[in-house]
Amino acid sequence: MSAVNLIAVFAENQLGQMGRITQVLADAGVNIRWVTIATNERLGVIKFLVDKCDLAYESLHQKGWTASLVEVLAIEVEDKPGGLHTVADCLARNKINVENSSGFVSNNRAVLLIEVQDVAAARQILTKQTLRLLSQEEILTL
Amino acid sequence: MTYWDQKTETIERAALEALQLKRLQAIVRRVARKVPFYQRKLADCGVQPRDIRSLADLRRLPFTTNTDLRDTYPTGLLAIPSEDVLRLHTSSGTTGKPKALFFSRRDVDNAAELMARCLVMTGVTHRDVLQNMMTYGLFTGALVMHYGAEKVGCLVIPAGPGNSEKQLLLMQDFRTTVIHVTPSYALYLADFMEKKGVDPRRDLALRKAFVGAESYTEETRRKIEQALGIDVYNSYGLSEMNGPGIAFECEHKCGMHIWEDNFLIEIIDPRTGEPLPDGQTGELVLTALCREAMPLLRYRTRDITSIIPGPCSCGRTHRRLHRMTGRSDDMLIVRGVNIYPQQIERVLMSLPSVGRNYQIVLEGLDEMTINVELAEAGFDGHVEHLTRLQSEIVDRLRAEILTKPKVHLVPPGTLPVSEGKAKRVIDNRSL
Repeated sequence: MSAVNLIAVFAENQLGQMGRITQVLADAGVNIRWVTIATNERLGVIKFLVDKCDLAYESLHQKGWTASLVEVLAIEVEDKPGGLHTVADCLARNKINVENSSGFVSNNRAVLLIEVQDVAAARQILTKQTLRLLSQEEILTL
Repeated sequence: MTYWDQKTETIERAALEALQLKRLQAIVRRVARKVPFYQRKLADCGVQPRDIRSLADLRRLPFTTNTDLRDTYPTGLLAIPSEDVLRLHTSSGTTGKPKALFFSRRDVDNAAELMARCLVMTGVTHRDVLQNMMTYGLFTGALVMHYGAEKVGCLVIPAGPGNSEKQLLLMQDFRTTVIHVTPSYALYLADFMEKKGVDPRRDLALRKAFVGAESYTEETRRKIEQALGIDVYNSYGLSEMNGPGIAFECEHKCGMHIWEDNFLIEIIDPRTGEPLPDGQTGELVLTALCREAMPLLRYRTRDITSIIPGPCSCGRTHRRLHRMTGRSDDMLIVRGVNIYPQQIERVLMSLPSVGRNYQIVLEGLDEMTINVELAEAGFDGHVEHLTRLQSEIVDRLRAEILTKPKVHLVPPGTLPVSEGKAKRVIDNRSL
């Protein structure tokens, strides 16, 4: 299964930074499907799920931004009460420590994105469970 | 092993000292005759030229300071008739009244001669192409190197600083093998090449860089060497004593040989003025033995270094100076602690995730903030890792400078760069 990549951008936590980055992506014709921002005082990292990851990386890099790809796991979650709990429970039982996570619902399908230390190991464990992992193509066509 | 002037460079210590004494006596006699400033100074110390009977008598002579040069500006220290002066330089990097520095024809030639010794000492030959990126003009850095390299027979490209596009074009078109550059600009150029997709190892003919005019650390040297795929040689000079070419590293890169037939060296305790033995760190004091237009006795350079004892395997008998650990002018006092910016640089450059540029900002009531650029490869998309690196930098700095600075990691390429001398310290304190 191909991994799901987010594009992460290092930006100082200050006014207007987000706009400067989204401008670059817009100019390059990159569509943003999902965004999450992590900050710690002046440090800021903005992560995007985009349709054209490599193009996004190239365009940002060319404009002088510091970017990196981050591999995440996308887990499909049942869009009903207890859906997220089933996943969280499964992660905990299998001792998968989640560093960052975010989630969204699209067309009645819920997705949880998780960042873990060892993506390959986590993927192996999770595929043995009843949980469904989505590929980059699948998540972009939701 | 090749030498430019083998006889002088490998002279026996006893013969060297005899030559130094002869020259010292001559120069003291000359300033006592020609320079009213020194007539007064010598009288104040109760010393006459005939009292200088051995090199140990150097200690009886008065110091000359930065302030003396400013006070006697413009011609108060001139020791030859003004019509015999061939060139004027002024001192670099200082504010307020400049220092005027005069060269006679013999001084111009001698400065080039010493520079030629330095160049050949690092393996430069007449086949080399030297691109000189120092500022041509009142600053001595570029011109003395230029004349020295011409003496060796190099093709000299007087590029001057800045305009990186043009620098790169010259390097490509004329197959530049040697550059003369400041450390901050060398790092900037490496970055610039990376952005342009130029791999210096593959696309350029560079093999050496003479890096000077700003003090820098061993870690920065390694960074430049790695980034450009070249050998970097440390050099030392100051305008008051000719400019560059006073001391230079040989191929062994283990300290800078200072041309003792031209300069008497002392290391003193900067507070008491008392001489320190070889190996101890203190302020470098130089006496120019051969300068004709403007000889200076016991000039306090304010540069902090030590003399490396023992002979060098290159065969040169002239002693070596340790890399300057700071200029006493650069010292910062933050919350009562003496800090040299070089200490901070050493810590930063030892961390692989840290990039090439940093800035020290002092503000408020003694708050020190250090803005540090991350290395391009140091970003993996996780804010937690940035936070961790930031704390590691703080911890390491605290261990080195004994006070806890604030550290801000910033993305690569976001701090201002200078194409000449870097301005690393911004002092906005309201004290």
